[in-house]
Amino acid sequence: MLMISCPWCGCREETEFQHGGEAHIKRPEKPETLSDASWAEYLFMETNNKGIYLERWAHRYGCRRWFNVARNTITNEILAIYKIGENPPSKVR
Amino acid sequence: MKKYSIFSLVRNALSFHQDWGKAWRSPSPKSSYDVIIIGGGGHGLATAYYLAKEHGITNVAVIEKGWIGGGNTGRNTTIIRSNYLWDESAAIYDKSLQLYEGLSTDLNYNIMLSQRGVMNLAHNLHDLREINRRINANILNGIDSEFLNPTKIKQMLPIINMSPTARFPILGASFQPRGGVARHDAVAWGFARAADNLGVDIIQQCEVTGINQKAGSVASINTTKGIITAKKIAIVVAGHSSQIAEMAGIRLPINSYPLQAMVSEPIKPIINTVVMSNAVHVYVSQSDKGELVLGAGIDSYNSYTQRGSINVVEQQLSALCELFPLFSRLRILRQWAGVVDICPDASPIISKTDINGLYINCGWGTGGFKATPGSGWCLAHTIARDEPHKINAPFNLNRFQTGALIDEHGAAAVAH
Repeated sequence: MLMISCPWCGCREETEFQHGGEAHIKRPEKPETLSDASWAEYLFMETNNKGIYLERWAHRYGCRRWFNVARNTITNEILAIYKIGENPPSKVR
Repeated sequence: MKKYSIFSLVRNALSFHQDWGKAWRSPSPKSSYDVIIIGGGGHGLATAYYLAKEHGITNVAVIEKGWIGGGNTGRNTTIIRSNYLWDESAAIYDKSLQLYEGLSTDLNYNIMLSQRGVMNLAHNLHDLREINRRINANILNGIDSEFLNPTKIKQMLPIINMSPTARFPILGASFQPRGGVARHDAVAWGFARAADNLGVDIIQQCEVTGINQKAGSVASINTTKGIITAKKIAIVVAGHSSQIAEMAGIRLPINSYPLQAMVSEPIKPIINTVVMSNAVHVYVSQSDKGELVLGAGIDSYNSYTQRGSINVVEQQLSALCELFPLFSRLRILRQWAGVVDICPDASPIISKTDINGLYINCGWGTGGFKATPGSGWCLAHTIARDEPHKINAPFNLNRFQTGALIDEHGAAAVAH
């Protein structure tokens, strides 16, 4: 089980959290101008990489706030936790 | 290939089973093939077998990084069924079930298919409605499916907790009599032996490190055993589909998650069917060795760890004890996980790609084992004819652009 440090509440068990998928995906500003392929790219295509993965988590059964996590998908080691709106720390970029 | 039979068994018994030949060769890769299949799991081996058997294409190599059947083929809970809601899914899973029904004879290899039935429990009014809708859809698609009332369920499973005061009371179930289990390793080995016999080269311990193209068509692959050229290449690698597809510059709508399974200590025969529950979320059957084989949903976050979280184990064991209180005294013998590739619509992809001669078969998620022969059969057709069979045409990669998704999330009798 992962132990995740919520930026507001501190270290808690994984079961308090909800995984929110890949982080830093920007919604296209003018969806109506996009081709179907570009829209599908935004909506469905995944990085799904092996290694350092930037993802969102929500502290669902705690403060209910969202934050970003950098995790190694090969080992599950959490390398960095940073707030929504922040850029990933340089060590995980 | 020496045919397996009662006579060969007796003959070999006389020499204390020391003289059985190898079931398949282990050749070095040739420099060129008509078709290369990346991935020696059940689906890849089935594809090779049906390419050779149905389409006469025998200059084929199956390239496997580890050993055949060592990935999800050897890690699943071996359940086979075809009682899916949507027409597209029903067609492909029932094609697969039909192939399974003749597979032991076809391959001359006992895959130990046991059609003991698959039961999907309903715990509330919504479940009952969903189950009845699915049963009716199944019947319209020619798939055997029936409703069981609580009395009938109790007759079939005397040990199940039917108390009306249970937290999740059992109100009914759908039942597919043709469903059941098969020996997963035997499926991989049987396909491997039969494909090898038809001339397919099975190359293990050979990792693919790159896919090379020439003028919009596939040309060759780089491997740890050298460069191999091919007219056509198929990617059939389940959990690592995104990585291999990336070698050809293709992004996929896939996330990879650990899916856990476990077995209990062996006990005398106690469950003679497969029981699945969506609401409390566990599925259980009993292996021939007597172990209870347990599975449930995926872990909540994507990962390549083949390990999984303990809270998922806890959840499925509590679900098991809710349904069968007497199992609370059993001990768990082994637990493991495989990395499954999940599509946004929980349906697979068996498709051509934008690159000529490159095909992909992925996205089977939590339900790939039951589809092994059907998936291979469809992909073989797609490779040989360079166009999909009508069964796998809806499962194309393009559906994520057109929006024609096949949404099996929750529709497929068990949550993913």
